[in-house]
Amino acid sequence: MRATHFCSACGKVQPPVPVDYFTFFGFPRKLNLDTAVLEKEFYALSRHLHPDLFARADTQERAWSLEQSSRLNDAYRTLKDPIKRTEYLLRLEGVELEEQSKQATERARATGELKKQAVPPDLLEEVFELNMHLEELRMQKKLGEDDPALLEEIGKAKLALEAKDDALFEELRSAWNQWDQTVDNGSEEARPPIRKHMVDVLNRRNYIRNLLRDVNEAIEN
Amino acid sequence: MASDHIVGIDLGTTNSLVAYMQGPAPAIIPGEDGLNLVPSVVALDEKNQIVVGNPARKYLIETPERAVYSVKRLMGRGLEDIQDELKFFPFRLADDLGSGEVLRIKIGDRTYTPPEISAQVLRQLKRNAERFFAGPVTKAVITVPAYFNDAQRQATKDAGRIAGLDVLRLVNEPTAASLAYGLDKKKNGIVAVYDLGGGTFDISILRLHDGIFEVIATNGDTHLGGDDIDNLLITIALDDIQGDLGLEVRRNGEAVARIRKAVIETKLALSTDPAAKLDVELPGGKWYRREITREMFESLIQPIIDRTVGPCKQALKDAKLKPEQIDEVVLVGGSARIPKVRQLVQDLFGRVPHTDLNPDEVVALGAAVQAEILGGGSTVTKEMLLLDVTPLSLGIEVGGGVTDKIILRNSTIPASATQYYTTQVDGQANVAIHVLQGERELARDCRSLARFDLKGVPPMPAGMPRIEVKFLIDANGILQVSAREQRSGQAAQIEVQPSYGLTDEQVENMLLESFDYAEEDFRQRQLIEARREADTILAALAKGKKNEAWHRLASDERRKIEMLEKALVAVQKEDDYQAIRNGIDALNQGTMRLAEFMMDSAVSTALKGKTMDETDLEEGPAAGHPVAKAQFE
Repeated sequence: MRATHFCSACGKVQPPVPVDYFTFFGFPRKLNLDTAVLEKEFYALSRHLHPDLFARADTQERAWSLEQSSRLNDAYRTLKDPIKRTEYLLRLEGVELEEQSKQATERARATGELKKQAVPPDLLEEVFELNMHLEELRMQKKLGEDDPALLEEIGKAKLALEAKDDALFEELRSAWNQWDQTVDNGSEEARPPIRKHMVDVLNRRNYIRNLLRDVNEAIEN
Repeated sequence: MASDHIVGIDLGTTNSLVAYMQGPAPAIIPGEDGLNLVPSVVALDEKNQIVVGNPARKYLIETPERAVYSVKRLMGRGLEDIQDELKFFPFRLADDLGSGEVLRIKIGDRTYTPPEISAQVLRQLKRNAERFFAGPVTKAVITVPAYFNDAQRQATKDAGRIAGLDVLRLVNEPTAASLAYGLDKKKNGIVAVYDLGGGTFDISILRLHDGIFEVIATNGDTHLGGDDIDNLLITIALDDIQGDLGLEVRRNGEAVARIRKAVIETKLALSTDPAAKLDVELPGGKWYRREITREMFESLIQPIIDRTVGPCKQALKDAKLKPEQIDEVVLVGGSARIPKVRQLVQDLFGRVPHTDLNPDEVVALGAAVQAEILGGGSTVTKEMLLLDVTPLSLGIEVGGGVTDKIILRNSTIPASATQYYTTQVDGQANVAIHVLQGERELARDCRSLARFDLKGVPPMPAGMPRIEVKFLIDANGILQVSAREQRSGQAAQIEVQPSYGLTDEQVENMLLESFDYAEEDFRQRQLIEARREADTILAALAKGKKNEAWHRLASDERRKIEMLEKALVAVQKEDDYQAIRNGIDALNQGTMRLAEFMMDSAVSTALKGKTMDETDLEEGPAAGHPVAKAQFE
């Protein structure tokens, strides 16, 4: 447990120090992370920082507890999730992730603009075909028609996308291993290409996820 | 340490309760009438005095325009939100109510905001606890539906403050229930709490882990509960009455209130009996009678209870769990007594739900457990810690009217998010921020929480300022915002305009008003007590005059006593407390010798071996004279 969050002599909660989430838990900036250890640390720190334990403390200590425990929860939430963890580390490394998020898509939708998203080249053909099918499906639904063959086509495409999603996650995991090695042997110069690779994988993954979301929406609606 | 009691309060739609930790286990504090439940009903009596709880219930029927119930449905809501409620509930809104204003409800010819009405219920619970502990109670944990939004939580906290309570924590009702259940079973595992109350529905999924109660997901509907079943039955009865009897009583408040009372009784009976009779006397002496079988009842309520299925499935999905991974299911809330509801829960989770604790009381009991945790804990609660979540995503309106979610639903609280803002125009001094709560993509479909104005941004070219705004959801699920301009280091001033809430100043004024009322209440009570004391002393004097001791007094002393007696009888009918008090004291003083003579004669009678009439001694003109004054409840 991190001793910086409370006084080692009196156990009082201390004012928050602006550290990153990895440091908050006392972890190195590595991407492979034992979530069981993380969880254990989270529970242990919660038992020291949660505002419920400071209901009778003075205003200052209550405020510190509130800030520290919100930071603890934010850190835990971010590090627990493998994608959020990767994105967070990249941001720490000064990388601004491309605006391919759900937010950007929604914003574009609301303003009626076209989504500014580059289609990954290897997906160009498939995406074109899938979008045609989805458009057809929406039309049919409007007319109250039903075409089992079309649904089957879309279902197949969906399975293919899900397989790609899984493959991308595996690709990300191997990038983690490469990254963690550079942390272990301190080779700064090996990092930029790995960072770039991870950004690329995350972007492709986001793209696939958005497509999957569109597919699910079209099927369900 | 009477002043140290922190109580747990369940402020319910239909009933409210107050509880405390009685050693190792929580217990409900009953009211003066010996009952645990305080109906959440507030009314004005014949003397324009506020009455709360059971004594207020009769006014629902006798003078429905002078009574309100289910006001929890209106907490933290605006005129636009409650159109549906107005169709089914006899709420009478203030005539001059504008859109975007805090609601004001008429009770008789007075108007109150929902937090003020809830504060009356809280004040009654506070009084019950103070009577029980024979000392002041100023600190409380109050429960709220898990799916309550920020405005509804804030309104509940305001109600507590108006009632003179320091609200140490708002706890989610299903979470509180899990605390009550988890107290004696030190188990690990996944628990689902299904809470269908009078007006709200919650489903919470928790992970119990060595005393840590971690909420993983929560969902619900803050306008779904037993009230909806009542309203459905009322609608059917009204249709029947019009069809069969040719009577239109929809606008007759008393008739509707009678029907409501009858359908509730029928509903309750159907939880145990296969059929129940509905029997209502209508104005004009006609009767509406019909029998409802459980089968009919169940098919009628099916659409209502089916509305709980969606939130349950969503909560499971958010928790990334399958029904079979749930170890235990707990049923909470009065409506959970309906056999069909139990069946639905059993089918949904594939296991028989727990109902060992009284579903009406379990939330208040859990609140008492949390109160003890906040109070420093005991050997029983030492290892217990609650980690709750925010039920709804928090968002900011961005370009094009889109919600940019910055804290997602089911995030463990306290939770925070930091956003950076800048200016669009050179020298711009204000930046407006619109905070939203909800899951929808467009701002207009989310709940508007507040509009913030960042003021005093130092004059700089457009795009230069970098204003850091920190949004923090505290352990009560309530939003706090702070801002700082980073380049100048200036703290930006934030002006909060809660969309449907009370400002701090309004709450403060209501609190002061309640003190005024409290003072008025206090004077009323003093007056009543003094009159009763006068009655007692006058009765004792009447008895004393029949005693032989009376004749041992000199005649002018007797005349003086009779003058004082007349004077007290005269002022007793007036409203002047002090005059009555003075009259009592004067008569007490004047009858001192009479009391002594009576005592002597009682003693000598006893010495003579005669049976002593104890009541004569006890009820002498100055019983316990002169030190102790008569005690009154």
